[in-house]
Amino acid sequence: MKLLTLNFLTCARKTCKSLPAAFPLHPKDAELEVVETDFNAPFLRNILGRLEWDALKTLCMELGLPNLPPSAPEPEALLEPGAEMAELELERELEPTQTARDLHNLLLETGIKEGKLVCGNCGHEYAVKEGIANFLLPSHLV
Amino acid sequence: MLEYLIRFSQIHESFRKPELEALASFHGIDLEVLKYEENSPFCTVRLVSEKAAYTLISRSILAHAIYELWGVGTDYPSLHADVHARTASKSASYKDSSFRFTIDSYQGKRNSTAQRSLIESFKYFGFKGPITMNGAELQLCIFEDYEQKAEEPFMIYLGRLITGSQRQFMDKYNLKKRRYISTTSFDSELALVTANITHAAAGKLFYDPFMGTGSFPIACAHFGAMTVGSDIDSRSIRGKKNRNVLSNFHQYGLTSHLLDNFISDLTHTPLRVSRCLDGIICDPPYGVREGLKVLGKRGGGGEEVVMIGDKPAHLQEGYLAPKKPYSFNAMLDDILEFSAKMLVDNGRLSMWMPTAAEDIELGIPSHPWLQLVSVCVQPFNKWARRLLTYRRLPEAEIDQSIIIQRREYERDGTADELNAFRKKYFEGFKEI
Ligand SMILES: [Zn+2]
Repeated sequence: MKLLTLNFLTCARKTCKSLPAAFPLHPKDAELEVVETDFNAPFLRNILGRLEWDALKTLCMELGLPNLPPSAPEPEALLEPGAEMAELELERELEPTQTARDLHNLLLETGIKEGKLVCGNCGHEYAVKEGIANFLLPSHLV
Repeated sequence: MLEYLIRFSQIHESFRKPELEALASFHGIDLEVLKYEENSPFCTVRLVSEKAAYTLISRSILAHAIYELWGVGTDYPSLHADVHARTASKSASYKDSSFRFTIDSYQGKRNSTAQRSLIESFKYFGFKGPITMNGAELQLCIFEDYEQKAEEPFMIYLGRLITGSQRQFMDKYNLKKRRYISTTSFDSELALVTANITHAAAGKLFYDPFMGTGSFPIACAHFGAMTVGSDIDSRSIRGKKNRNVLSNFHQYGLTSHLLDNFISDLTHTPLRVSRCLDGIICDPPYGVREGLKVLGKRGGGGEEVVMIGDKPAHLQEGYLAPKKPYSFNAMLDDILEFSAKMLVDNGRLSMWMPTAAEDIELGIPSHPWLQLVSVCVQPFNKWARRLLTYRRLPEAEIDQSIIIQRREYERDGTADELNAFRKKYFEGFKEI
């Protein structure tokens, strides 16, 4: 389960879903894996504005990953310095910045392979096995 | 504005125009359809430029190709007259180009002698370039449209090839060659068409909440989208070693477009409410085989923790969460509500819905935040499935005074009581 996906996931219980304490889920006994994927500038730029940056910072801290800057980078910071905004259409030709590479590595290449995801509100633990998380609930939590 | 001829495949007729219109709106192309009929593979359109024509068709699945229209007529004399009128200036610029002439007769046949003499009848063009079978600079095609069993065509076109489509990819993704499939895997042609109608593209995030073996995420990934999928059935995602959803993405070299798969039930989704999805595609299980199920205990109850020994059952290895039958119509409403909350402005939802043929006029589920874009029908013998596509209205276009009311459904019951379609399926449908 990639770190990007975790930024969109909360507790599946109806009583938790809208509560701030249920998001983000907290990793427990997490074994991380890094799987190389193609750099995807248009996707990275689109998804940047949809991230909850604070939740990502929390997750990195809890996983013992290097600290993130206090706020999300601007989309312009994904391009090589000096590149004009007008060249956005041609960005596949442009070199990604170090910021973009770091973000790609963190969001799209780093994931939890084995472990648990714990709800900060109800304490329910969701298992992750072979990178696939299971969000099914027993009857008493439905 | 210029006129172009689109050569469609004569299959999935009701999907052809919606796919074409979806591609036009995706690329921001002004499209005026001049002539389109469900029983003909030839369609004429007006477009602003050759570039627009190229862009419009280059990722189509149901079109074979698009041509610049050089002439049209109900017989050869009228075709030649129209060619003279339209191409006086055009043909001269190809005087020295390599060229190729072909004939495409729909529901008709010409032997090679007849073909040669038809091609000869255009020798007034005076092309001096070499005849080339592959990659000619000028590729002209004579299109003949015949009524069934007619001797002569009722409509003839001459067109210059601008570009082919992506129709050849339906073969690349053919289920017969896919390593991991199940009985519910979706045919590659209509999966790719669905991805087109839903505007799957590079930079976008697409989600399938009933992914099964991943047919729709694969089709969306083909068009460059990043994909996420989930399913209530963990076995369908995990599959077996080297035969699972991930291995399918591997097979096609698309792993960089697979963000994640997870196991979940849409009625208890872990996705936080946020406008993070560009598109949603699904074929919700109508449960002919097993019945549609969601999390929960059949007949209610189940509020207590189940213990096995001194340990709660749900914390033990191999635990299977109980599932209960659910109303298919309630699920359709759940999908609309979910999509309304999760899609970005103008993001699209496409969902497949089965209908008994006698119920084809029955209501299409609606949500005030979603605008119905198109309805396509794939008919089978006594039932049909429809592809419903919606657009998430931008916030500013939403009428905030409309109160969203959910229809009420049976909460509990057997799979048949909750799903009229399933019941009819097993009763063999009504004769019509
Ligand atoms: Zn919770």
